[in-house]
Amino acid sequence: MQTFVTLVRRELGAFFISLTGYAVMAGVLFLLGLSMTLMLKSLNATPVAVPIIELFYETAFFWLIVLLAAPVITMRSFALERASGTYETLMTTPVSDLEVVLAKFTGNLIFFLITWLPLLAYPLIMKRYTSQPDAVAAGPLSTTFLGIFLLGCLFMSMGIFASSITRNQILAAMNAFAMGLCLFFLSFVSKMVPLGDGLASKLAAHISMFDHMGDFVRGVIDTRHVTFYVTLTVMFLYLTLKVVESRRWK
Amino acid sequence: MSDEWMIEVDNLTKRYAGHTAIDGLTFNVRPGEIVGFLGPNGAGKSTTMRILSCFMAATSGSAKVAGHDIFTQADEVRRRIGYMPENNPLHTDMRVREYLKFRARLKGLSRARSRERVDVVTEQCSLQDVASKVIGTLSKGYRQRVGLADSLVHEPDLIILDEPTIGLDPHQIRSVRQLIKSLAGKHTVLISTHIIPEVEMTCSRALIIRSGRILASDTLDNLRKSVNEDSQVVAEIAATEADLKQCWEQLPEIEYFDIAPAEGEFLRCSLTGRAGADLRQVVFDTVHSKGWKLRELTRNRHSLEDIFVRITRTDKEEEGF
Repeated sequence: MQTFVTLVRRELGAFFISLTGYAVMAGVLFLLGLSMTLMLKSLNATPVAVPIIELFYETAFFWLIVLLAAPVITMRSFALERASGTYETLMTTPVSDLEVVLAKFTGNLIFFLITWLPLLAYPLIMKRYTSQPDAVAAGPLSTTFLGIFLLGCLFMSMGIFASSITRNQILAAMNAFAMGLCLFFLSFVSKMVPLGDGLASKLAAHISMFDHMGDFVRGVIDTRHVTFYVTLTVMFLYLTLKVVESRRWK
Repeated sequence: MSDEWMIEVDNLTKRYAGHTAIDGLTFNVRPGEIVGFLGPNGAGKSTTMRILSCFMAATSGSAKVAGHDIFTQADEVRRRIGYMPENNPLHTDMRVREYLKFRARLKGLSRARSRERVDVVTEQCSLQDVASKVIGTLSKGYRQRVGLADSLVHEPDLIILDEPTIGLDPHQIRSVRQLIKSLAGKHTVLISTHIIPEVEMTCSRALIIRSGRILASDTLDNLRKSVNEDSQVVAEIAATEADLKQCWEQLPEIEYFDIAPAEGEFLRCSLTGRAGADLRQVVFDTVHSKGWKLRELTRNRHSLEDIFVRITRTDKEEEGF
């Protein structure tokens, strides 16, 4: 436990003593602010009948943050340690491989969630200036953050896996981005290609991250969605663990 | 068992796809010894060290550190080893003190104990002046000492240093060597290097390895003795070349000689004696009886470098290179 906490602190601390961490935070803050502004602008022009939070995930910026920021956050986790050689000093201390993988995952996930914190300010601002009491409700807001948390788990584990298979940070980021983009575009398969009523269309509907998020912002916690994210996260963490262990049998 | 040997390596082999990095390595190291692991680049030094520090697994064979098997009791072994890899990788974005504390906690030291130990190693490695500096801004010499401090912080029984003085200037090399020397007795130290004077200055025993096999393992004195038999003597004498030639040819102890002009009226004679003979006495007596002037008389002791070159070359010839 002591080593786990030490590693998480190091992982998280690294974001705050490097420029990358602040650059990512600034980028996310900018995109969040931009999407908020554009959303309010369109609301001024045409009133809509749904809560504001529901509009939010449909903006391109929301997904841009998930797809772009996540690889930049995770790219350094293993790749940098491998490139600089600190991987060797790390792995010769009495830590287990699982501890290292979980600590990296936890550290990156916490940072990912920190970058989303400014989002909390927007409902408060809106509450202050709107006459509609239902414009922002606590329920949907918390499930939205649950959705962001689950998305974060998936994208962090995917990014860490991408980072563990290379010593080049750029490659790690690109691999993670490519995987994330593929997964995201699968969301639209059922809308773009007629699949009929068969298994394929059911599958396509199940893996649509866009639809998952749609449920979360409406305040619906669907266990199927939760299972989707948890299993994928566990799978990527398992793959990462195998990559870390591979130095013993390579 | 653990009292007798700090490291027991038995028939250790590591094969990568296509080539064998180490091939049936067997050696033992006693507690408190400083052993130099000597070999040309690519001989398998780093691989052996990585296996001993439980970073990689071997293909076959076994090894024990302080009585613990490196494969089945890796955690126990890692707790007892301070390992500094080649090129001394550090987290360059951290401060020295912060880094050492991080490493101490990672190695399982309690909060109070790690604070205590960080203070001790900071002083031991003379890092007080830079303790609050960012590692990335430090000179190579300081970085090397940070690496050493890290390998010492948990008071390991065995310290493994992979080329600890590479890329340092002579002053820094000297201070790092001094530091390593000061560890003798308290810790067992295994140093790899291809710089031979380093072993001569710091180690009590040398293991010479080539192509993944141990070629020699002995104390430096014994290694010297083994190749010292045909030692060479250099004498600068003021005499005519013809006289000298005639004189050396008559002496039975001399097997081979070479005469070259030196400064002024002197000639420089390099004389190689027959096995076991020390030519200095003979040369002096000869010069004395002939009434020549003698300016220099030295015996070239074989340096470890010669030993190294000899041992590794013989092996090459045997293999038919």
